[in-house]
Amino acid sequence: MPLTGRSRSGIEWRARTPRSYRVPVRPQVSVRPRWVVALADYYARRYAALVTMSTVAANAPGVAGSGLADVAASEASLRRFLHGLPGVDQVGLEARAAALGTRSIKTTAKAYGIDLAISMIDLTTLEGADTVGKVRALCAKGRTPDPTDPTTPRVAAICVYPDMVATAKDALRGTDIQVASVATAFPAGRAALPVKLADTADAVAAGADEIDMVIDRGAFLSGRHLDVFNEIVAVKEACKRPDGSSAHLKVIFETGELQTYDNVRRVSWLAMLAGADFIKTSTGKVAVNATPPVTLLMLEAVRDFRAATGVQVGVKPAGGIRTTKDALKYLVMVNETLGDDWLTPHWFRFGASSLLNDLLMQRQKLATGRYSGPDYVTVD
Amino acid sequence: MAKKKNTEQPAAKPAGGLFTYAPAPESPAAAGDIASSYGHFIGGQFVDSSGSEALKTVNPATEEVLAEFAQGTEEDVDRAVAAARKAFGDWSALPGSERAKYLFRIARIIQERGRELAVLESIDNGKPIRETRDFDIPTVAAWFFYYAGWADKLDYAGFGPNPRPLGVAGQVIPWNFPLMMLAWKVAPALATGNTVVLKPAETTPLTALRFAEICRQAGLPKGVVNIVTGDGRTGAALTAHPDVNKVAFTGSTPVGRAIARQLAGSRKKLSLELGGKAANIVFDDAPIDQAVEGIVNGIFFNQGHVCCAGSRLLVQESVQDELLDALKRRMSTLRVGDPLDKNTDIGAINSAAQLARITELTEAGEAEGADRWSPECELPGTGFWFRPTLFTGVSQAHRIAQEEIFGPVLSVLTFRTPAEAVEKANNTPYGLSAGIWTEKGSRILWTAERLKAGVVWANTFNKFDPTSPFGGYKESGYGREGGRHGLEAYLDV
Repeated sequence: MPLTGRSRSGIEWRARTPRSYRVPVRPQVSVRPRWVVALADYYARRYAALVTMSTVAANAPGVAGSGLADVAASEASLRRFLHGLPGVDQVGLEARAAALGTRSIKTTAKAYGIDLAISMIDLTTLEGADTVGKVRALCAKGRTPDPTDPTTPRVAAICVYPDMVATAKDALRGTDIQVASVATAFPAGRAALPVKLADTADAVAAGADEIDMVIDRGAFLSGRHLDVFNEIVAVKEACKRPDGSSAHLKVIFETGELQTYDNVRRVSWLAMLAGADFIKTSTGKVAVNATPPVTLLMLEAVRDFRAATGVQVGVKPAGGIRTTKDALKYLVMVNETLGDDWLTPHWFRFGASSLLNDLLMQRQKLATGRYSGPDYVTVD
Repeated sequence: MAKKKNTEQPAAKPAGGLFTYAPAPESPAAAGDIASSYGHFIGGQFVDSSGSEALKTVNPATEEVLAEFAQGTEEDVDRAVAAARKAFGDWSALPGSERAKYLFRIARIIQERGRELAVLESIDNGKPIRETRDFDIPTVAAWFFYYAGWADKLDYAGFGPNPRPLGVAGQVIPWNFPLMMLAWKVAPALATGNTVVLKPAETTPLTALRFAEICRQAGLPKGVVNIVTGDGRTGAALTAHPDVNKVAFTGSTPVGRAIARQLAGSRKKLSLELGGKAANIVFDDAPIDQAVEGIVNGIFFNQGHVCCAGSRLLVQESVQDELLDALKRRMSTLRVGDPLDKNTDIGAINSAAQLARITELTEAGEAEGADRWSPECELPGTGFWFRPTLFTGVSQAHRIAQEEIFGPVLSVLTFRTPAEAVEKANNTPYGLSAGIWTEKGSRILWTAERLKAGVVWANTFNKFDPTSPFGGYKESGYGREGGRHGLEAYLDV
């Protein structure tokens, strides 16, 4: 039943009955391997001592029963928890990511990987110069990535600024392609909380299926973990729709600004505890965006978080992934770190724009045996 | 996981997982021509053996015979040593900068022929192409480059002005890193002005013989490098030869001990790089994910055929469960199978004899009451294979905690305090290598200072670099290879 209303900023909005929300069902981890149970025990034991006060419960469902419920009770307890996570050895992490990058993905595996990667793309345009025409064209590209080959999968989502959500939503009607909107004063996140929440609510009201928020890196770097936590909780609240459903929340860390791997592990846990549905590396707007080691570290974090809480969280590397070779390296990391459970667009996404055409060219090459070149794929 | 069979449909959902890697085999033809039989390389020529006995080298992944090669006789060794002696005068008289040119040339040819050597090594040894391509052959080239750089700077190596070479070096190397062990021995010997007679292992002679071709391609003067093939009898003839000035051996402790006995009282200089039973110590504040990688690299690298392998995992009791669970999870992703497949992590065991030894020791481990675990994985039907194996509940008294297994078998012991970790780590007749995993720098230094091991890695394992000396003490041998220290073994100082 259609609902109408008016957002905080006065823009009229219309929420449609959810038709194709692809909000994944949280997995019922009924038969967990022994190591999963043991890891859960481990994290519960390891952090039980930190759980002293109970004022603000951690937000993620499933956390309540895991012994992690009270880690966000205070700045001190949150800090103790995050700083109690096992350290990350830079050399070892980078070596592992590089080693996984040497996997040789050929023939059938390559065909599978290319199609999977296409289906995982959040096809993105986040420019000041974006227009309705540009966004419509991008949506058309997402619906039909390769007009010469109807077997080509569609992308997972179109990612735009909030003011383009309605346009994208309209252009994607009739498909199950999601509309993702960046929000919370993307990309810097330097705005007051009410502004960020209004930004989010507007995007949701305009029909966004997914919200890509940015964290307050300044707060994180200055040690105000609880501020970051509470902001994510508030944005998650702003993702709720009048019908009780909720836009899917992706939390962008801007790992290029957080710099250290220890920070990336800590912020991953922080965001997951606060209820993030996805954790995402970058905005694509700074010098260093997604890298294989950072992504691997985040994959390990979601693996350990599910082991501890039973809650599955998705991962989205974004920015700087431009070639099929790169994309396949990321899929190999997912495959060998997390396995089948994450090898779907529900749980892993690529934030990218130019990647799609390289995947399409490689796809054509596999089909025809010839490399066609950029004039044989559409620019958008 | 064992190698998966090719599935015909593109992009189909293969059994065993959503994303199954299609076979990505390196072409065996890239190994170049393998002759049906080989003689020795003496005085710059391939020559027939004076004896008639021939040995066979097989591909351990398929048990196919790759080639026959000569069993070197005492007469063959004598000819080789004579050729080396003859070459020594001119070679040692060359200015260091001239010797360096040959070594640089060899290093470049090794790089140029890297793929060929990597495939040949994988076929002859059974180790995965990923390792020969990314580790063995690049390390070989690096060793020659590094020692080429020393050849004209020996005056500044810290051994006084104009240090002199020893003469003829007799070198006996093992089968676990055939070409790399050759490089570790030959490069410093030539840089310092010695000439060499080298005997490769009897299961892996092919890359040494290919190296002989490279010496010819590089125009190396005749007799500077001589290669005599054969089994232990040939090795014994070489080390016993009266005109050999220096013996360098890498291999098992019993053979090393026999060589030391043989050489006692002679004027020959000796360096030995023998067995090990390294402890990999994981403290409770270790970076767990990277420690798991280090443990896996420490024991499953090269099928565990590594003298410095981290074959004893010493884990602090407070993190034992989660570490072992994470380790098992990681071990379940190891891909065992065709060594020439670029995605293979663990290849074939080098020989039937070695497989029998690993099998015997693991059975002893079970009989003594340790708990055995291996991930599910299919093993190929032919060839020599062994699943990556974990033993928990191991105590110091068990054979699997004391004896070198030289296979993909990890024994897990626990400790409660740093002092106990050091005590257990040192409680072995060996002293080659050790690993320390902790985020605390002071604990690394405290522990390293107390470990009786020639090499101590911190938050990493099995890292080798030509600039870094390598070697052991106690029953792991003496002398150092690599770095400035490695020069000393080949200089009269």
